[in-house]
Amino acid sequence: MNPNYLDFEQPIADLEAKIEELQLVGSDNNLNIGEEIAKLRDKSIKLTENIYADLSPWQVVKVARHPQRPYTSDYISRMFTDFDELHGDRHFGDDAAIIGGVARLDGKPVMVIGEEKGRSVKDKVMRNFGMPKPEGYRKALRLMEMAERFKMPVLTLIDTPGAYPGIDSEERGISEAIAQNLAVMSRLRTPIICTVIGEGSSGGALAIGVGDQLNMLQYSTYFVISPEGCANIIWKTVDKAPLAAEAMGVTSGNLEKLGIVDETIPEPLGGAHRDLDAMANKLQGRLVEQVDRLNAVNIDELLEKRYQRLMSYGN
Amino acid sequence: MSWLEKIVPNAVRSDKSNKGSKTSSKVPEGLWRKCAKCASVLYRPELERNLDVCPKCEHHMRIGARRRLDVFLDEEGRQELAADVVSVDRLKFKDVKKYKDRLSDAQKKTGEKDALVAMKGTLNGNPVVAVAFEFAFHGGSMGYAVGERFTRAATVALEEDIPLVCFSATGGARMQEALISLMQMAKTSAVIERLKQQGTPYISVMTDPVYGGVSASLALLGDINTAEPGARAGFAGPNIIEQTIRQKLPKGFQRSEFLLEHGAIDMIIPRNEMRERVGGLLAKFTERPAA
Repeated sequence: MNPNYLDFEQPIADLEAKIEELQLVGSDNNLNIGEEIAKLRDKSIKLTENIYADLSPWQVVKVARHPQRPYTSDYISRMFTDFDELHGDRHFGDDAAIIGGVARLDGKPVMVIGEEKGRSVKDKVMRNFGMPKPEGYRKALRLMEMAERFKMPVLTLIDTPGAYPGIDSEERGISEAIAQNLAVMSRLRTPIICTVIGEGSSGGALAIGVGDQLNMLQYSTYFVISPEGCANIIWKTVDKAPLAAEAMGVTSGNLEKLGIVDETIPEPLGGAHRDLDAMANKLQGRLVEQVDRLNAVNIDELLEKRYQRLMSYGN
Repeated sequence: MSWLEKIVPNAVRSDKSNKGSKTSSKVPEGLWRKCAKCASVLYRPELERNLDVCPKCEHHMRIGARRRLDVFLDEEGRQELAADVVSVDRLKFKDVKKYKDRLSDAQKKTGEKDALVAMKGTLNGNPVVAVAFEFAFHGGSMGYAVGERFTRAATVALEEDIPLVCFSATGGARMQEALISLMQMAKTSAVIERLKQQGTPYISVMTDPVYGGVSASLALLGDINTAEPGARAGFAGPNIIEQTIRQKLPKGFQRSEFLLEHGAIDMIIPRNEMRERVGGLLAKFTERPAA
């Protein structure tokens, strides 16, 4: 099994392997098999289109957690210029599970805050697999309040398996840290745009997810409890996670219908990791447009609208 | 076993789960009740006079939302708020059982429409809005109805500038309402922030247990955060933490005393002092200097 492909993508992997094989044969024998390869390429694209046209919620979760899924740092380096990372919560430490700093989007200053899972094993460990501790959320809060003072829009990128469930997290008040962010973000006097780029898991995602605009990348996912957690509680086995994902409606389409998500941003064929530059470019374009739109609104009106939207959840 | 029993650790669960055990079966139902902590057999009328606190070991047993408000508010002039708000099964959620059926079962069991009761009344003659979670209703979990009732009650407090007091007891967000439940965290936090900006006091009282999404929103946003003795509160349940870190948790982890020691709460208030202590705090916070 090709690790670059998920289980349900194996037919595509097989086809791609065949194409590769043919290419090798072609260069060996000087045979004109270009036509055959073009045909197979075409078939591979059609196959991918077909598979991706009808992904189950659980399959979307798998794409959202794909090991090659672009992370916050991948987007920061592509969408912004002049990024200065800012560290620390000024009380306890610096949490590498959350990256934050000032940068320029289309030339204009913005505050960027995102959860980062880490790519290499070493990086993953350093970033605690993208599970922030209280100091991470407090750093985010510090940066958001700074953005308010300097009139910068706040752009958040959500991608976490959840806030870290550990002894030290509890000792330092993970609940309070999350709660405080929710409260302050509801009234921060600057536009806030939140985008789920991968996995939006529960309170740990929401803690940087309250704002004026909520985007989801097409194959990202957002849930109140992981499908495995839900399955474990209801069916007593994680094997039923696909059913749990189905029941909870964890995809952008479902959440748009519930009025929680404002915009689904389309991904390249086969997911964001198949063409990271195109994805970053697309997202950047949407963010530029959204920042301009929100900046044009009177801030008091914007805050009232944000509040009324929060009040409307579930109505 | 319900989903809640799975996330809430054994010892946190109500005495109901002990019913089948050998020791408790010897205690006659009705007039007598056994303390889950010290195992003393207690005379029910006496226990009730003591607000369901064990007179021998001071173990604070769980009490329902209505009883909670009944022993907290003055007798006169109570008015229930947002009683018409009920949960809607927007997702048509179905697992081994339909959510709709789970809701009606919980309604039959508790006599409540959902897991939060809100009232406007007075405490020592001073107006107050008080809300209490009903843990027996679906584990006191927060879905739309709980979030909306809390928010409406808080909005009354905001508009009339009268203090808000919340008694929480919950397993967290209600997963059958998925993201709608998660968003109730943002909603309740937003209205609390308005109280804060206006200078209307909000006191949060955590009672056993308070976990998950409620802990990470309304329960820890009080001007004053308090808890009853021995109450357990935290973000992640002990089982989840043990599974994650693969080690045993220290004794007393996530109990009120632990929360006080780690700076999460201002004080621990025993149930029989609740009216007096909360009343005394609110009196100081609402006494405005003469103009």
